[in-house]
Amino acid sequence: MSIVEVEAVTFRFEDMAMDFTLAAQTGACLGILGPSGAGKTTLLNLIAGFETALSGRIAIDGVDVTRLPPARRPVSMLFQEHNLFAHLSVAANVGLGIDPGLRLTREDRARVADALAHVGLGGLARRLPGQLSGGERQRAALARAFVRRRPVLLLDEPFAALGPALRREMLDLVDSLRRKAGLTVLMVSHQPEDARRIAERTAFVFEGRVLAEGPTAALLDAPPVAELAAYLGRG
Amino acid sequence: MLRLFGLPLVVPVIVAVFGIVAVYGRGGWLNAALGWAGFGAIAPIYGLTGILIAHVFFNLPLAVRLLLDAWTAIPPESWRLANQLGLSSAQAFRFVEWPSLRQVLPGVATIVFFLCFTSFGVVLTLGGGPRSTIIEVAIYQALRLDFDVPRAVVLALVQLALCAVIGGVVLATRRTMATAAGSLLAGARPDAQALGGKIVDGVVILVAVTGVALPLAATVARAAAGPWASLAGDAELWRAALWSVTIGLAAGALAVTLGFALALGIRELRVRRRRPLLAGIVELLGSVTLVVSPLVLGAGLFVLALPVVGRPEVALGLVIVVDAMLTVPYAVRLLVPPMARQAHAHDRLCASLGIAGLDRFRLIDWPTLRRPAGLACALAAALAAGDLGAIALFGTGEVETLALRLYRQIAGYRLDDAAVTAAALVCLAAALFVVVERGVGGREHR
Repeated sequence: MSIVEVEAVTFRFEDMAMDFTLAAQTGACLGILGPSGAGKTTLLNLIAGFETALSGRIAIDGVDVTRLPPARRPVSMLFQEHNLFAHLSVAANVGLGIDPGLRLTREDRARVADALAHVGLGGLARRLPGQLSGGERQRAALARAFVRRRPVLLLDEPFAALGPALRREMLDLVDSLRRKAGLTVLMVSHQPEDARRIAERTAFVFEGRVLAEGPTAALLDAPPVAELAAYLGRG
Repeated sequence: MLRLFGLPLVVPVIVAVFGIVAVYGRGGWLNAALGWAGFGAIAPIYGLTGILIAHVFFNLPLAVRLLLDAWTAIPPESWRLANQLGLSSAQAFRFVEWPSLRQVLPGVATIVFFLCFTSFGVVLTLGGGPRSTIIEVAIYQALRLDFDVPRAVVLALVQLALCAVIGGVVLATRRTMATAAGSLLAGARPDAQALGGKIVDGVVILVAVTGVALPLAATVARAAAGPWASLAGDAELWRAALWSVTIGLAAGALAVTLGFALALGIRELRVRRRRPLLAGIVELLGSVTLVVSPLVLGAGLFVLALPVVGRPEVALGLVIVVDAMLTVPYAVRLLVPPMARQAHAHDRLCASLGIAGLDRFRLIDWPTLRRPAGLACALAAALAAGDLGAIALFGTGEVETLALRLYRQIAGYRLDDAAVTAAALVCLAAALFVVVERGVGGREHR
């Protein structure tokens, strides 16, 4: 069953006309690969509601969300940067995922502590984001996505700035969170190996279109379209 | 020295006038020195001479700071290149310094011209009657001395039109201005070792510093020797101080509230609605009181409130409103850039988490914008507490601030009393600034 359905969604960014059709299976991880400027981030922004489609339909969990504002869509999104408020403690940043006014009950606080322990930030709840490393900041943002309990998690290259070992660690963390909470993950990345590591299926985006989609290994081992082969450097 | 040159920008005008009278006036330091050396006394301070001296005192430091920014904006690479090519001082000036200075000189000149054009306290105090007067003061005289409202309105309109023209020029040239203190880490210049240059520099610096430091020193000296004992128990002084504090705090609060609201509106238009033109217009409106001189604004309110203008509570309210309006542009200027930066960093996150309205203000906007808001509030409070324009126009027997009291004392040649009032006013304005900035802005993070 598809939890995210993007049907003939059009959008225009500067000179590029885009037209996306895509579906993501419930509880799976879908990798989204493609060269820079292909429209990967725009696709996520359309799903998250930061951009509004010119035409077409986006449904999440069977509900048409095409016109809904970001906060009312059942998704959480991690950006490349600015995922945390620098003036608020890690715990407060995570708490905002439960209540946008930060009015938290005792149970809410327990959930925050739990989520932080889960991503390995148990002892850092009172730190400010500026006192954390880049990887720790993204862990805190993941903890917030976890407490929000939205069924879909969108990742816009949040680990791109991290070193290879750390990136793999974060991917595994995402994978374990996904299994634990039954999340559906859509992950934009530059790196085919990211998709190979945790994505069952992968979509290839090129010049504002989804050119190919299929099981990750099959797609990457035998590119069905020339553009993907060129992108992977196997022309 | 840069600090010293910053002082005239924050010392209340009327205090500086007192300092200048204490140095250059009859019985001042200069005439005392001349008499001791056997020369005759120089021309009296009241009139054109005094007005010019006072304006140099105020605007020299400002001009220095603005020009210094242009100097520090010269990239170190240019100096390195000049070194390598072996340029002489004159050549370096022509090819390296002049192009940079030329960009800001017109702007600096217009700003200084504009400030002199709308200066009120100096001309009122040192003008010495109708011979040396300017429109700004004439408005005051028409309203307060002649009770000639139509004449004041005409004068105000003339002043408004002239200010609009000059202000337009200032705003047009403003682009190249940044008033940051800048680092003085400019590259070494080729003629840094030349003896002749050093002597010339030294003399120029000495003269400039003396001109700025003397009046300040004179104020301190006179105040230290002033009749503190008899004045410490002076109920009028304390009451005037209380009025100054009241007006300062109220105007500060009002200015920062208006400024915050304007800045929020500008951000909404520019960032969210993508209407930069409209946002620019609102921002310009917020800066309008930069070019509307205090007395024009005051005259307008005076006419509006004509039937009740003599009532103390009305007078107090009007003074607060005028002073607040005059400082709103600074608040807008201080708040808009950090707010835009903040919007850039937080808007998407707030949208995705559904943080909006009061929650957004309480959790995101206020904590991150507290410091510039505090600075704006403190600036407005200190300026309002030391301002003479509005209080001179609306002040009554009951409502007399320290600034007005000081003016009356200088006008009455009661310089010893004035020294104490001046010192009290400076301390008060400084204390207001510090307390408000800490109180509103909170302690520094980290």
